[in-house]
Amino acid sequence: MGEASRELMRQARSQVTEWTTAQANEVLAQQRRNGQNEVVLIDVREKNEWDEGYIPGATHVAKGYLEQRIEEVVSDKSQTVLLYCAGGVRSMYAGLTLKQMGYEDVVSLAGGFGQWKNSGLPVVQPRTLSPAQLKRYSRHLLVPEVGEKGQLKLLDSRVLLIGAGGLGAPSALYLAAAGVGTIGIIDLDVVEESNLQRQVIHTTGRVGEYKAESARQAIEALNPDVRVITYLDRLDETNVAKIIADYDVIIDGTDNFPTRYLLNDAALIAKKPVIHGSVFRFDGQLTVFKPYEGPCYRCLYPEPPPAELAPSCAEAGVLGVLPGVIGLLQSVEALKLILGIGEPLVGRMMMYDALVGEFSELNLYRDPNCPACGEHGHPEDLPIYADVCAMPARVTAQA
Amino acid sequence: MATVRLAPVLRASVGGVKQVSARGETLADVLSDLYINYPALKEQIQPGDTLSRFINIYVNDQDVRHLQGLETSVGPSDTVILLPAMAGGR
Repeated sequence: MGEASRELMRQARSQVTEWTTAQANEVLAQQRRNGQNEVVLIDVREKNEWDEGYIPGATHVAKGYLEQRIEEVVSDKSQTVLLYCAGGVRSMYAGLTLKQMGYEDVVSLAGGFGQWKNSGLPVVQPRTLSPAQLKRYSRHLLVPEVGEKGQLKLLDSRVLLIGAGGLGAPSALYLAAAGVGTIGIIDLDVVEESNLQRQVIHTTGRVGEYKAESARQAIEALNPDVRVITYLDRLDETNVAKIIADYDVIIDGTDNFPTRYLLNDAALIAKKPVIHGSVFRFDGQLTVFKPYEGPCYRCLYPEPPPAELAPSCAEAGVLGVLPGVIGLLQSVEALKLILGIGEPLVGRMMMYDALVGEFSELNLYRDPNCPACGEHGHPEDLPIYADVCAMPARVTAQA
Repeated sequence: MATVRLAPVLRASVGGVKQVSARGETLADVLSDLYINYPALKEQIQPGDTLSRFINIYVNDQDVRHLQGLETSVGPSDTVILLPAMAGGR
């Protein structure tokens, strides 16, 4: 240490409190018991040190990024900030910086991580991305709202796609690209030529193959990190609960009402969010049905319309890229839900008029008397209108 | 005259346009005016005495069930949207 650094250390000692390992452990343990978070624990070491283990409950803010990031992590400057490094020196300098930034109560862990670990106190090994993953997802890692933590969440997440058609196809590709670790696809249909105008996950060479299997091939070629589970089946009362139980988020790419009602009720019971999308010619809409937080599908539409008011794409046609747009917007919502960022479209319907080039939004109504999600709701035994609707209740590649 | 925007499936019954005008100080009046001018629309969305349950109506982007339902006041600068459930397509 040179004279200048010794002088800085003197200043640090006069402004930054030091706690022993025992003192720090006592404070943190008490805080955990009481469910409080008055003391924020910050690890200021380098990433490679953090990767080998850290004190449970710590947030990593490397000393090199301290000034730029600390206020995002601890916005309330009256909170006690407990800093630690490997041996207790860097954390003192870091503490001095925090005092200069206006933090009122700054503490440094004497002896640092080394002392903590040698005392036999618990440490946690972080999960990290492999070198290949660090490269593949590097553009995600650079986004503060994602980062390594978010990417690991994506890799752990499980998204179910109902349908590998117009809405499911773009979602499958982009969710796979994003590193969603498990993608489930339920679709009984085979690829037809007329699908290729919009269902870009399939190819001319795979016409005649099951859509779910065709999608699997495209996903596996794109991202080997993704596990694809296919269900060559139709969603019905006998399997819906069992299938959706394994997933975190469901993307509705169906085109018929019975499946929508069936899915809605099962998702309410299992408390799974459903991202709804639908398209017609040049118009599309989407929203997020989050059980018991916003409206459910039956709040909006307690009954389906007659067949002539709800034509399929095969009957009415659709601009091929339209389900691409809506499907991708559904994927965006899925990623927001998984990462816990932004404002998912819960209680809001986003509308897109492609011809005019306009996005608009409607505020949806959650019905307190909804037969499914209302106060006296009973989603277990509501009609799905399979007999009433002209469209058969089959799961198909939609849009 | 309030502006009334129609979802795609309803446009054929108003001559194929996305938007029409209608008179009325409440939503109920606006609907009555629409039904007089566009009887085909009435057939689609209110063949009986009450509005069909697969249609939602929004005034200035708010579901009217949040507001005063059919008694919601509608002024000249307001936009009414009629939105039935969309199947999605295949």
